[in-house]
Amino acid sequence: MKKSVFLGALTVAGIIAGGASAATLDEVKARGKLNCGVTTGVPGFAEPDASGVWQGFDVAVCRAVAAAVLGDGNAVEFVPTTGKTRFTALASGEIDLLARNTTWTFSRDVDLKFEFIGVNYYDGQGFMVPKELGVASAKDLDGATVCIQTGTTTELNLADFFRANSISYEPVPIETGAEAVQQYIAGACDVYTTDASALAAQRANFEDPSAHVLLPEIISKEPLGPLVRHGDNEWADISRWTLNALIAAEELGVTSVNLEELSAGTENPEINRLLGTEGELGSMLGLDAGWAKAALGVAGNYGEIFEQNIGAATPIGLARGLNAQWTDGGLIYSPPFR
Amino acid sequence: MSDTHAQSVAFVRETEIPQSPPPALEAGAVKWVRENLFSGVFNTVLTLLALYVVVRFAIFVFPWFYNGVWEASSRKECIDILREAGKGTGACFAVLVDRWDHLVFGFKYPPEGYWRILLAFLLLLVAAAPALFSSLPRKLLMFTAFYPFLAFWLIWGGSLWLPLTILGLIIATMLVFRLISSQIPVNNRQIVSGVIGVICGAGLAYLLFIGAQELVFIANSVGTEGVISQVAYGVFWIMAIFTFVFCVPMGIFVGYAIYNSYEDGGLVSIVASLLFGYLAFVYLLSPIWMALNSIIPIELQAVASRDMGGFMLNMLLGTICVSLSIPLGILLALGRQSPMPLIKGVCVVFIEFIRGVPLITLLFVANVMLAYFLPPSSNFDLILRVIIMITLFSAAYIAEVIRGGLAALPKGQYEAADSLGLDYGQATRLIILPQALKISIPGIVNIAVGLFKDTTLISIISMFDLVGMIRGPIQNSTEWTSVYWEVYGFGALLFFVVCYSISQYSQWLERQLNTSHH
Repeated sequence: MKKSVFLGALTVAGIIAGGASAATLDEVKARGKLNCGVTTGVPGFAEPDASGVWQGFDVAVCRAVAAAVLGDGNAVEFVPTTGKTRFTALASGEIDLLARNTTWTFSRDVDLKFEFIGVNYYDGQGFMVPKELGVASAKDLDGATVCIQTGTTTELNLADFFRANSISYEPVPIETGAEAVQQYIAGACDVYTTDASALAAQRANFEDPSAHVLLPEIISKEPLGPLVRHGDNEWADISRWTLNALIAAEELGVTSVNLEELSAGTENPEINRLLGTEGELGSMLGLDAGWAKAALGVAGNYGEIFEQNIGAATPIGLARGLNAQWTDGGLIYSPPFR
Repeated sequence: MSDTHAQSVAFVRETEIPQSPPPALEAGAVKWVRENLFSGVFNTVLTLLALYVVVRFAIFVFPWFYNGVWEASSRKECIDILREAGKGTGACFAVLVDRWDHLVFGFKYPPEGYWRILLAFLLLLVAAAPALFSSLPRKLLMFTAFYPFLAFWLIWGGSLWLPLTILGLIIATMLVFRLISSQIPVNNRQIVSGVIGVICGAGLAYLLFIGAQELVFIANSVGTEGVISQVAYGVFWIMAIFTFVFCVPMGIFVGYAIYNSYEDGGLVSIVASLLFGYLAFVYLLSPIWMALNSIIPIELQAVASRDMGGFMLNMLLGTICVSLSIPLGILLALGRQSPMPLIKGVCVVFIEFIRGVPLITLLFVANVMLAYFLPPSSNFDLILRVIIMITLFSAAYIAEVIRGGLAALPKGQYEAADSLGLDYGQATRLIILPQALKISIPGIVNIAVGLFKDTTLISIISMFDLVGMIRGPIQNSTEWTSVYWEVYGFGALLFFVVCYSISQYSQWLERQLNTSHH
């Protein structure tokens, strides 16, 4: 008992002294499981289904990294985190990777000492209003009451936007998305603002979705991405290039359908390098040659994961938009596998 | 006799008039309504007003409830069904059907193990019965004492031998206590006291010595940059020097105190049994249960604490924390009344500290801060951390309630106990506590109910209890986004049933214990 108190104090001292680094890869391999931080639930991004299995767009990143490292997309311990506990969970080592639609900002990257490994979804903050209000632009919202989730970047963006346009608003602070929807439908506020993806998902479940419109203004940049701790670059590389592999695979036309066929060897050297039949990218990361193949084997490439979880055919019904490949006019872009 | 007045009076009634019913306005429901609802202008107005509110509420809620859809796979489907049926408003109770298992057991508990939870719950009723109803045979208390180990096995799974071995070691520790405190002659006890005193004194001195070194190390790693670091540096150094100077005297002092207690055997038997228990749990527990398990394996599928959830988690935390915090609270209350300054001081500081801190802060410490304090590889069970925090929290409050009961006892009771020649333990057990606890029942139940409801706070630290389950996975699933009243209403119903039962039981108990027959 006494010993552990001292050890605890030691740990604190260690953190004060400048952050400890451990080989996360070795730890994950020894444990046989990846501890991955996710949300307690965001439709389409991370949610346990009716049989209790985690599904979603962020969850797919966790599974891909687990498959790349351990060869099994199910070797993941999902640790639900809230907006308040996510960063401490990562900093304290409780989780190895945080894939929890977290906005990449300067202070989170630099001041909180995390390493964003890329962007898996480009979001932006939007507004939803009842159609009968007859508002066509967010700039007409002078004096409106706005439902807003507290403790998020959306709260700050909202203040910035209204100040920049010198119009006034009255915030109605709210804890969760479900509560916000309830308040908005009950008429407690004129406007509901949050990330555009969430607005679309929530509107799909309204009694009458057509009675509400999303305003054209997107008032913020919300690049959402997975992140790891500072100080273990090998682990950051593994996570980053697993995400890149999913993205590159879509660009190169590698899908879950033709994965086996292509991994036998192709004419395209980049596909061969990606799938490990040529070069030794895997061993550079400290993984097997088939790491990317394993990651792609879980749920396919980036595009497939998108369509499966949040795409147009799902109840969330999001269009690719900014999240299309750069070749299709979007921002999704992977550095070359060379 | 009847002829006496035959000539003087025309008619004499010879039987009693049959009783007639009271006037219609003075009997039955009409009278009750008149007296209770319309007894004056003011009350009439209030009644009508209340009636209006109730009717409006019923008109609003009843169709919603009556039109409720029980079979659908998503909220969208619910809305479509209602629209097709041409009903304006209706609840979507299908979410309760679809996510029933999640609401009750959490979404990660293996479905083939649900019977274990139900069995544990039924056995809980059996185990709690003799503790709650004194008319039941006392022998059932044996089962109550055994129940925690059985329930642990049923809920967490794994090998049955683990809880059984723990039980065995606890019994062995108690036997050691009895042996030293009352069954060996004083001469032998003197030898035992000497040995234990030397071991403990040396051990304590060694621990303090190590501690002093650690403090020096911490001070040096904090460094002297900036004012705050300088202050911390100084404080750690002072603590280190203090510890260093006192490690040997403290060891001698404690060792001698243990040795000195050989005559009445109080301290030495406590220390010896604690020492024995510690050694047994560290060195004997895992070899024994693993050996037993390899001989006769009795195993259930093991379930990690992280996978507990739903209302089961609330019940689990509520039951464990209440049953742990009442004895702890009694000890704290007695400690606070103690004439010994050290014990009293510790109890006062503990109680006041815990009462001065919100529960949610303690839970955040349990969830987030402890992860910093513990070594990274150690995996200290999250539920266990939460149980410890909630138990400490409610124990502090229960201690204050019981202290109220102790203070309410007339001083004569204490003096009477003394004059009968009872020692402290006997007086407390036989005279003081039975009366003080009786006075404290309403307060204790109040805290138990509050504690049970407070278990939902763990949803804030991302554990999926009933409320966490609703707020997290259910309301944010693609199918059930923005389902609101149905799930919260269901949660409220479950909590109401349990809390109302607790409060009814306590009222019954108060009537049972009411010995002042006026």
